[in-house]
Amino acid sequence: MDLKEKLVSSFLAFENKGILDLDSNVHSIRSKAIQNFERDGFPTKKDEEWKYTSLRSLVKNDFSLFPKTEKTVGFKNIKEYLMNDIESYTLIFIDGVFSSFLSDTTHDDCDVCVLSSALTRPKYKMVVDNYFNTIAKDNNSLTELNTAFSVEGAFINIPKNTIVPKPIQILNFSTGSEKEVMLQPRNLVVVGENSHVQIIERHQNLSKNTVLTNAVTEIFVHKRAIADYYKIQDDTENSSLIDSTFVSQKQQSVASVNTYSFGGKLTRNNLEFYHEGEHITSHLNGISILHDKQHVDNHTLVNHKYPNCESHELYKGIYSDKSTGVFNGKVIVQQEAQKTNAFQQNNNIIIDDGATINAKPQLEIFADDVKCSHGCTIGQLDESALFYMQSRGIPKKEAKGLLLFAFGNDVVEKIKIPQLKTRITKLIAKNLDVDLGFEL
Amino acid sequence: MLKVKNIHASINDKEILNGINLEVKAGEVHAIMGPNGSGKSTLSAVIAGKEEFEVTEGSVILNGEDLDELAPEERAHKGVFLSFQYPVEIPGVTVTNFIKTAINETRKARGEEELPAKDMLKLIREKADLLEIDRKFLSRSLNEGFSGGEKKRNEIFQMAMLEPKLAILDETDSGLDIDALKIVANGVNKLKSKDNAVIVITHYQRLLDYIVPDFVHVLYNGKIVKSGGKELALELEAKGYDWLK
Repeated sequence: MDLKEKLVSSFLAFENKGILDLDSNVHSIRSKAIQNFERDGFPTKKDEEWKYTSLRSLVKNDFSLFPKTEKTVGFKNIKEYLMNDIESYTLIFIDGVFSSFLSDTTHDDCDVCVLSSALTRPKYKMVVDNYFNTIAKDNNSLTELNTAFSVEGAFINIPKNTIVPKPIQILNFSTGSEKEVMLQPRNLVVVGENSHVQIIERHQNLSKNTVLTNAVTEIFVHKRAIADYYKIQDDTENSSLIDSTFVSQKQQSVASVNTYSFGGKLTRNNLEFYHEGEHITSHLNGISILHDKQHVDNHTLVNHKYPNCESHELYKGIYSDKSTGVFNGKVIVQQEAQKTNAFQQNNNIIIDDGATINAKPQLEIFADDVKCSHGCTIGQLDESALFYMQSRGIPKKEAKGLLLFAFGNDVVEKIKIPQLKTRITKLIAKNLDVDLGFEL
Repeated sequence: MLKVKNIHASINDKEILNGINLEVKAGEVHAIMGPNGSGKSTLSAVIAGKEEFEVTEGSVILNGEDLDELAPEERAHKGVFLSFQYPVEIPGVTVTNFIKTAINETRKARGEEELPAKDMLKLIREKADLLEIDRKFLSRSLNEGFSGGEKKRNEIFQMAMLEPKLAILDETDSGLDIDALKIVANGVNKLKSKDNAVIVITHYQRLLDYIVPDFVHVLYNGKIVKSGGKELALELEAKGYDWLK
């Protein structure tokens, strides 16, 4: 039985043992979603959006869809993946199951809790009905698949006029309780008017077993609200991630999604911004540093629908060995979206002959009074800069590291949480194998 | 200190230096002059170890040690410094961080401890003052958006920090106005001692009014065609290079 059949046939059993009564809206959303997945299946390279990313060998695995969860994970097992030097709310999931023991949630001024409780408790019914699967629906078959099996993940509900006092960390761990595991976390984030939230997300495999995570996050940012979302992707070589993140913004809101891809076997980031008002600002930042046969595919979309909005996109990539990268940045400026400012920049450095990057800026502009620009470069390390540094006594290896580090620095500069900035700086230094004798 | 023995060097099979001999002793200042394309910058790059150039014959010896097999950074660790004609811009690395890294890598290579942050800062301030460099300048990205004069001043600042045994100044005067030229020359003169040596590469006599050479060499078609005292520079200024060809 192939993975698709296995998933479809598991759906009924999943629903029956489920936590929901079968009359709920969510039940009908899921049923519709599994039908869509059954109709479309996994995307193949024939699909234009998946031309450079193949899931073929990945879906051949005999994934366990509902992994055993008997392994106990203590704080000591996970602490290196947590940001401990800042106060934060934490939502920790072990093999897809929420660990209240390891987490630090709140219901005081805002809700930082879990989707399973949001889906079942009457007090959240309205939020769920208003938001759940409203921007993610009818998008792609993998998102549909996640929707069909969505049961757990982060639920973050910030009422209006609330500054969440500390960042929220969402960490998804897998323990390798079975040889091949598929996880499908689902996050829902609603940020009320004038509110502000910062979120850090990470997926981490604690074992050497194979893990495929198919994650979906929906983020709603209301009037004048600010939301910053940081994704740390530094997983093991047996871990693959398909992440789909959808952001819907209301007028005068500011949202950023920052993606740091250093690890993992195959990573696909679908990131889509939808504007639902004027004077919106969107930021999309990313850096990929890949080695060996790693593959990262950043697929972004900014859909400008209203006038006077702006988007800023900056993606950098450093590709070594036989790694492959994809950047597909689509910007749509609809006819009504006059006075749009949309900027996109994508710079790549190829270190070794065996590495590849497929970069595709894609601008569709239907309005006539706009400022849109895109720049895409693919290059190699500057030999004259290397010689310059060497002539000052900096060894070639360090000089290379420093140059690459400097290349990625403007993405790191966008990080608003100082401790996170330090953390990402260190991760970059580690991945570039460079010992920086200073903080940039 | 430095012995250049019968150096032949080529790039892409085109010979640029064909048999250069030069000896520089500690405490001396040598000027190398010559028309465009005579091989002046190639000579400095070959001494500094740029890999693009293939040394087909001869050798470069510093304090009795053959440099031929050494990488550029290893030559730097032995005390060679090259001030670039066109310093490279490195966005994202500040002047301070760059020089810190250079100093500490050099110390590491020499088996010394890293310089404590406090001492480093003090040294940076001292040398920045010597070259009349604004403190704000130190936190800017290396050479990015610097004016021609700022770039050259920054080169000499790095030289002051690294305290080389042999400094090669490749057209350090180009792009400098007269005030900046004086500051740079003054900096070089203050760093000069009986233990180090300077090679000044220039087109013009102007710089040599401020950094006075003990010897002047004229390079033409990859060879030194004439050597003399500082008066040779004046003669060149008056007559041009044609009479030497």
